[in-house]
Amino acid sequence: MTRRVSPQRAVARFDSGYLHIAGFGIGVCVVFVCAIASLSWGAASISPATTIDALLHFDPTLREHLIIRTVRLPRVLLGAAVGAALAVAGGIMQGLTRNPLASPGILGVNAGASLAVVLTTLWVGGLSPSIAAGVASLGAGISAIAVYTIASLGNRGITPIKLTLAGAMVAALLSAAVSGMLVVNQRTLDDIRFWLAGSLVGQDLQTIVQSLVGIGVGLTFALALGKAITVLSLGDDLARSLGQATGRVKGMALLAAALLAGSAVSVAGPIGFVGLVVPNAVRLFIKVDYRWILAYSALFGASLLLLADMAARMLVPSGELPVGTIVALLGAPFFIYLVRWKVQ
Amino acid sequence: MASNWIEMRWHWLSVSLRVDRRAPTVVMCLLGLVAVVIVLSTVWGTDTLSLSDATQALFRLSSSNSANQFVVWTLRMPRTLAALLVGMGLGTAGTVLQGLTRNPLAAPGIIGINAGASLAVVLSIVLLPTLPVGGLPLVAFVGSLLMAAAIYMLAWDRLHTSPVRLILIGIGLSLVAAALTSLLLAFGGINRVSLALVWLVGSVYGRNWGHIVALLPWLGVFIPLALVFAQDLNVLSLGEPAARGLGLRIQRSRTVLLLIAAALSGASVATAGTIGFVGLIAPHLARRLVGPAHFELIPTAALLGGLLVLTADWLSRVLFPSVEMPCGILTVGLGVPYFLYLLVRSPTA
Repeated sequence: MTRRVSPQRAVARFDSGYLHIAGFGIGVCVVFVCAIASLSWGAASISPATTIDALLHFDPTLREHLIIRTVRLPRVLLGAAVGAALAVAGGIMQGLTRNPLASPGILGVNAGASLAVVLTTLWVGGLSPSIAAGVASLGAGISAIAVYTIASLGNRGITPIKLTLAGAMVAALLSAAVSGMLVVNQRTLDDIRFWLAGSLVGQDLQTIVQSLVGIGVGLTFALALGKAITVLSLGDDLARSLGQATGRVKGMALLAAALLAGSAVSVAGPIGFVGLVVPNAVRLFIKVDYRWILAYSALFGASLLLLADMAARMLVPSGELPVGTIVALLGAPFFIYLVRWKVQ
Repeated sequence: MASNWIEMRWHWLSVSLRVDRRAPTVVMCLLGLVAVVIVLSTVWGTDTLSLSDATQALFRLSSSNSANQFVVWTLRMPRTLAALLVGMGLGTAGTVLQGLTRNPLAAPGIIGINAGASLAVVLSIVLLPTLPVGGLPLVAFVGSLLMAAAIYMLAWDRLHTSPVRLILIGIGLSLVAAALTSLLLAFGGINRVSLALVWLVGSVYGRNWGHIVALLPWLGVFIPLALVFAQDLNVLSLGEPAARGLGLRIQRSRTVLLLIAAALSGASVATAGTIGFVGLIAPHLARRLVGPAHFELIPTAALLGGLLVLTADWLSRVLFPSVEMPCGILTVGLGVPYFLYLLVRSPTA
């Protein structure tokens, strides 16, 4: 006996399944195209065919292959990973707080991560990349908890507005602390300055591989939590009545977001707005299911950061324009749009 | 029962005033405190002079040596006065903005007016190297005015706005301005850029008498103007329907008040860069001291703002003698906890 499936149901099933898989495939292609474009485009123009050749059949005697493998590949890998990490961290925070304005930059998490890195660099000296990522994640987690706690004080409890304002102010405080420390220790921290503006330059492949591991773990963790975050995003009461241990899910989601934001910030500096813009843009198409929202966010975050990095290199060929600036220029108008039309 | 108010009438001017009884005492005390901190700040620094040496140098007595005179008159006095004046400008601008928007969380730094002024100043430092110091306040005024207009247009929706939306729009716009500023810094020539960077951090380090002369007329015009419009602020704070019912031309007074706030914060930012949160804190403390009526609130907030920046600058010199710690960092450290406290207690957020 065959089970009858109503047309609407079939469409819904298609909508939640095949269409998303197809879209995901397209997204992967977009990231791939961005990556190849970013690899071939630069001071020395290299054709895409040579680029692909350098990736597949590496020949150390060829100059172009060397450029691609040693100079450009690290930067592109880093850009894609950091973009994906920040976007997914933003998606988690937005689902967790049910607030479209939540993101690692706005909620002060990036600032917390940078303060932690600067502090430990001051006390201990140079950090190995994996320790830096751990320290940054810790800082990110602490500042996220602090902002959440401050926002939930007061007689009306936690509101999106309070969360956003508390985050922006904590971010201001933490960045003031960072610049104070930079003033006090001008010479020792001179190399941190560029990192603080949010940049993909000047990391070697080994550093990047270490941070890629952290970001990979965070991404897997986040995608595994996708279903739980979907339930949670329906609201605390509903989630609890559906049998979810909301406290535990929130803790784990926060851990994943802190790990992602921390690893990204520790290697590329505090890049804002990726975590804000990307999940919101994805939610214009996918309303509810955070498994897909997070997956798409990863793809679009990666392509956005690759494109922004290309734009930065195009504007200032010497590479002195931090990619964070471009992302902010693209992202801030979107933030204003969200406030103007989504906040009453 | 003793009245809580002092009434003053001048029939020949057809002006009458009613000020809070506490106001004269508070203002006198604040003036005294400001004087004390000015003396402290000129005497006590990296190189502490004895009081008699400092007094002699201050009055240029023949017995004082020229090194002390140089320290007092060329290094410390202009800087101290700049701190005082900048704080007064920011305190007044904050009071006017909070009254205008009926929003206790508004301040020129928070709603992005200062960021607009900074952007304009960096633009002129990087692109117009020939512009004299006296022109910077004007440039900053234009920048802050454009920013205020942008915030006004984006946040006001059918003639009213929720306080928090105003701030969120302000945060967004100041992030745009900050990004544009760093774009300029990346493009500009290195010597212009380093000038702009020194200026940007929010400090009165190395300000000379030229800066004071450029700033003074702005404060001299716009703080009294704010006092003239204090009554409008009082009426506006009753809410728009009541203000309209009382016969206030709302659009006109709003525009004038916004101009005043933009001019004061622009001139302050042009002098000292962005010193955050003074415009937020000073009006709140002033309200605690003299109540909500704006005629006494404005001078009190101005003096408190001056006192805050003065103290922050002096403390940052005394606490970090070996480095040039911008006093803007200290005011942020003070201001953020206060903002969060206000936010948590706010009934509407």
